[in-house]
Amino acid sequence: MGLLSDPNRRRALISLLTRLNSPICVVCYMAGVAWFMGLAFEPFTLRTYMSENAMGSTMVEERFPAGERALTTGREFSAHKKKAGGMPVDWLVKTMQARGLEVFTQRFSRKLPFPDENKERYMVKGTNVYGILRAPRAPRTEALVLSAPCTPGDSNNQAVGLLLGLAQYFRNQIYWAKDIIFLVNEHDLIGMQAWLEGYHHTNTTGMDWSPLQGRGGSIQAALSLELSSDVITSMDLVLEGLNGQLPNLDLANLFYAFCQKIGVLCTIQGKLQRNDWDSVSGYSHSVQTMMLMVMKQASGRPWGDHGLFLRYHIEAASIKGINSFRQYKTDVTTIGRLLEGMYRKLNNLLERLHQSYFFYLMPSLSHFVSIGYYMPAFGLLAVILLLRALDLWVQLVSSPGVLSVLTPLVISHLTGVALYTLPIQFQEMAVEQFPVSETEAVVLTAIGYNVFLFIYIGWRVLKLVAVLYLAVLLGCTALINFSLGFILALTLVPVAAFVTPHVPKVLSAFILVILSPACTLLFSVFFFQELQELPVSFQEGWLLYLSVISQGILDHFLYGSLVYPLIALLVYPCWLLFWNILFWK
Amino acid sequence: FNKTLKLLMLNQWLTVRCVLIPRLKSPGVKRRFRIYSSALLVLQWLTNKDYKGGERFLVKMAAPLTLLVILSVTIRAVLYRSSLAEVISERVEVVSPLTAWKRVVEGLALLDLGVSPYSGDVFHETPLIIYLFHFVVDYAEITFMLADVITAVALYMAVMDYNKQVFRKQKYALEADRYPLDCLELIRSPKEMYYIPLKVAMFYLLNPFTILSCVAKSTCGLNNAVIALFILTTIKGNVLLSAIFLSLATYQSIYPLTLCAPALLYLMQRQFIPVNFRRVSFWWFIAQYAFMYLGSLFVIVGLSFFLLGSWDYVPSVYGFILSVPDLTPNIGLFWYFFAEMFEHFRLFFLCVFQINVFFYTIPLSIKLKEHPVFLIFMQLAVISIFKSYPTVGDIALYMAFLPVWSHLHRFLRNIFLVSCVLLACSALFPVLWHLWIYAGSANSNFYYAITLLFNVAQILLVSDYFYAFLRREHHLSYGLYLKRKDGSEATLVLK
Repeated sequence: MGLLSDPNRRRALISLLTRLNSPICVVCYMAGVAWFMGLAFEPFTLRTYMSENAMGSTMVEERFPAGERALTTGREFSAHKKKAGGMPVDWLVKTMQARGLEVFTQRFSRKLPFPDENKERYMVKGTNVYGILRAPRAPRTEALVLSAPCTPGDSNNQAVGLLLGLAQYFRNQIYWAKDIIFLVNEHDLIGMQAWLEGYHHTNTTGMDWSPLQGRGGSIQAALSLELSSDVITSMDLVLEGLNGQLPNLDLANLFYAFCQKIGVLCTIQGKLQRNDWDSVSGYSHSVQTMMLMVMKQASGRPWGDHGLFLRYHIEAASIKGINSFRQYKTDVTTIGRLLEGMYRKLNNLLERLHQSYFFYLMPSLSHFVSIGYYMPAFGLLAVILLLRALDLWVQLVSSPGVLSVLTPLVISHLTGVALYTLPIQFQEMAVEQFPVSETEAVVLTAIGYNVFLFIYIGWRVLKLVAVLYLAVLLGCTALINFSLGFILALTLVPVAAFVTPHVPKVLSAFILVILSPACTLLFSVFFFQELQELPVSFQEGWLLYLSVISQGILDHFLYGSLVYPLIALLVYPCWLLFWNILFWK
Repeated sequence: FNKTLKLLMLNQWLTVRCVLIPRLKSPGVKRRFRIYSSALLVLQWLTNKDYKGGERFLVKMAAPLTLLVILSVTIRAVLYRSSLAEVISERVEVVSPLTAWKRVVEGLALLDLGVSPYSGDVFHETPLIIYLFHFVVDYAEITFMLADVITAVALYMAVMDYNKQVFRKQKYALEADRYPLDCLELIRSPKEMYYIPLKVAMFYLLNPFTILSCVAKSTCGLNNAVIALFILTTIKGNVLLSAIFLSLATYQSIYPLTLCAPALLYLMQRQFIPVNFRRVSFWWFIAQYAFMYLGSLFVIVGLSFFLLGSWDYVPSVYGFILSVPDLTPNIGLFWYFFAEMFEHFRLFFLCVFQINVFFYTIPLSIKLKEHPVFLIFMQLAVISIFKSYPTVGDIALYMAFLPVWSHLHRFLRNIFLVSCVLLACSALFPVLWHLWIYAGSANSNFYYAITLLFNVAQILLVSDYFYAFLRREHHLSYGLYLKRKDGSEATLVLK
C-alpha cells in the first residue's frame, strides 16, 4: 500500500513508466510472444496425469471379441444406406432392437439461413436413431453416450458397425451402473443439436424436432466415433468444442492411458508425439501441435460431433480412426477393446468429471499447459494496453467531455450492428441480381461495409477510451476462449499501442488494414493450412477464406457460436475507433 | 444598499491586496483575480433578497432536469419491453434474495392465498413493500421508474441546497479572511458548481447500475428513494421528516441506522447547537431526535404487525439480513466466506463481518464532525460495500454523489486505477459467471476473485475521496504550498 499512498514513490514510478513507455511496451510484447512460444517446450510443460480417483485406481479387463462381426454389420449398414439414399432408419431400428436395446427415433428439420456450399445443404431433414441400454446395476439416473454420425457417401460405415457391435457386447455384461445410449445421428452437428435439445428440453436455435420418446439419466460423458476403414494406423483425439470450450482433461488422459495400455498409436491434431524434445525438429513439432490446437480453438467452431455436448456440462470428445501409409495397423477388435475399456472406466465415475483442468493447451498428448502457465503470455500483451492508457492519462490535461467520446463510440457500434445484420439481410438480394455464388455474396456485403469515419474530437480522450475498451474486451475474450483472445491481442495490441494522428498516414493505414480482424483471419487460414502440411495457393486460400467466413456465420445461426457476433459487434467497432484516431484532424 | 457597499469595499480591498502583495506577482494572479471577482459577483447575486433571480434560476435548471428524466424513463421503458429485461432480472449482481422481484411476486401470491408471505423462506422484503405492491402490482414498472426519478430529484434538490450552504460558508470564511492567501485556487467558483446538481441527477439516472437495477425491478430502487428523501429532508433541516425517513430506511434494511450520526451532526450544525457532551442542549436535541425516530419506527413496526397479524416478518427480514443464511453469490464479501466456513465459527465471524458496517461510524463522525454531508457519502459507501446482500443499485446511490466532490479531483491519487478496475470487474462479472455456471469450466473461486477486486476498488475509491477531502481542508487552513521546517517542499501523507 506504500505505493498507493506515498506520493514521492508514486511520482517516481509514474515518471519511470511514462518515460520508458515505448521500450517497456516493446519488451512486453516480445516477452509475451516468447512466453507463448516457450509453452510448447517440453521442460516447461506438465505431464498429464489422471486426477479422477474413480477412474485412476481401478483395473478393467477388455474382452471385446467381435471386431469382424462389427465390420460385417458396417457393410450391411452401408448397403442399406445406399438403398435408402440416406439414413436407413427401419434397418437401424430393427438391428438395435435385435441387440436388446430400447430404440427410439427423432425427426428434425432445419432451414439454414443461407445455403451451405461446403456440405451442399439448405433445407435439412433427417432422423436420429438411438438405443438405450438400461443399466442393470443402478437406478438409471446417469447415462453415457456413444455416438456415430451417419454421413452420406462411403465414410463412417465402420463406425456404425462398431457401435452396433459394442451395443451387442455391452448388452451381455452385468456391470453397467449407467445407462448407455447408442446414438446414430444424421446430418452431423445439426442432428446432434436436435437430439441434445430434445434430450434437455431446450430450444435455443429455433429448430424443428419431434420430442424424444425415451430418455436415460443425466449424461455424464460422451464419445463420438468416426471410423472409415477396416484397419487403422492411429487414433486421433479431437477436443475442441463450441466456442473453444474443452472437455475435462481427464477424458484426454483416459484415452491416452488406454491407448498406451492396448498399444494403439494415438495422436492429437493428427500429430504423433515425439521423444526428441531437445532437438529443434522435436520442438517445432510440438509448437505445430500446439498452434493447431490454438487455431482450432480460436475458430470457436465444434471440430467434431462432440462439440455441442460441452454446452450441457457433458464432457465429450471425438475419436477418429486414421488410416495412413504406416506399416503398423490396428484392427477393429482392438478399437472395440479400447472403447470398452474407456466406457468401463467412465461407468465407475461417482460424480461428473471435474477433478482435472478445463483450461489447457496440449503440445502433445502426454503434456499439457494449464491456465496458470499460458495466461501470463496474454497478460504481458494486455499490460501494454494498460501502460499506454496510463501514459495517455498522465498526458491528459483537460477533463474529457462525455458527448465527444460518445459519438464515435455509437457510430462505430452502429457500423458493427450493420456488419452483423446486413450479410444475412442482403445476401438474398445480391444473389438474385448478380451471378455470384452465395458465399461470396455474404462475404462481399460484409467486407464492403468498411466505412471510414472522420470525427473531430480530442484524440487522446478517444484513444484512452479505445485502449481501455480493447483491454477489457480482450481480457473477457481470453477468459472464455484463450486462443481467440491471444490471436486478437497479437494483432490488435500493436495497432492500439502505436496509432496516433502524428504517425505517417499511408503506412499506418496499411498496417492497420493488415492487422485488422479480417486480414488476421485470412492469414490464419493460410497458416492453418501450412500447419496441417496442406499448403494452398492464394486462389484456393481466398476461396477457403470466404468459406470459413460463411461457416462462421452459419455456426452462429445454427449452433450459437459466439465468434461472429463478437468480431462484428465488438472487435470490429473497436478497430474502427483506432482508424478514427489515425485520421484525426 | 448597505450590503452592496460592503461587498464593493471588500472587492476593492481584495484588488489592492492582490496587486500589492509581491508574492502574488505570478502569471496566475490575473486568473485568480478573475475567479475571485466572479465569486464575489455570485455572492452578491446569492445574497440578493430579490427572489426573481431565484425563480429564474429554478426555471433555468428545471428544463434540463426534465429532459434528463424523460430520457432516462425512455431508456428504462425501452429496456422493459426488450428481451433483455428477463436476462437482467436473473443476474445475481443486480438482484439479491432480499430485493428480487420474483420473490416479491411469490410473496404476493402467498398473500393472495391467505398464507403468510414469509412462510416458505422465499420472500424477505418488509410487509410495507408487499402491501404497497398489493395495490400497484400492475403498475410495477411505473413504480420503479418513479422511485428512480424521486431519488434523482431528491438528490438534485438536496445537492442544490447543500451547494448554497457551501457557498455561504465560503463567503463567511472569505469575509473573515480565514483562508490562507495561496489557497485562492482551491476556492470553488460558482461556474463549476452551477451544474453539479444536474450532474448528480444524471449520475444517478443514467448510471448503468441504476438502469439495470430498475429494469430488474429490484426493490433496492425503493430503498434508495427512501434514503434520498431522508437526505433531502435532512439537508433542508426538517428534523421531524428526517427522523421519519430515517426510520423508514432503517425499517427497510437496518443498515441506514448508521446515517443517524451524520443527520444529527448536520441538524445540530444548522441549529447552531455545539457538539459538546457537557452541554444540555446537545443531549436535549439528541433526545428529541431519538424520540421522533423511535416513535416513527414504533408506528411503522406496529403498522406492519397489524397489517400482517403476526411477527413473522421480524426473523424473516431482519434475521435474514443479519444472520446471512442465503449464500447465493453476489457482489458482496459474505457468500464465499460463509460457504467455506466451519459451522462453529459462523456466529463469531458473522459478528465480525456485520460490525464492519456499524463500526466505521464512530471514527468517521469524529473526523468529519464539521462535514456531515461528506460523512453521509462515506456512510452510504461503507454500507454498500459491507452489507450482507449488496447489489449494484446500492453502489449507484453513493456514486451519484461523486460529482458533488468534483473539486477534489486534483487531490485524488488512484482514480485512474480505480475506475479501470471497476470497469473491468463490471465486465468480468457476467463472463466469469458464464464460465462457472453455464460452461462449468471455471469455479466459484474465479467469481469471488473478481468480487474481491471489485470491493477493494470500491474501498480504494472511498478512501481516496476521504484523503482528498481531508487534504483540501488541511490546505484551506495551512496554505496550499506547504514547506518543511528546512524550507523544502513538503508532502502530505495519510497515515
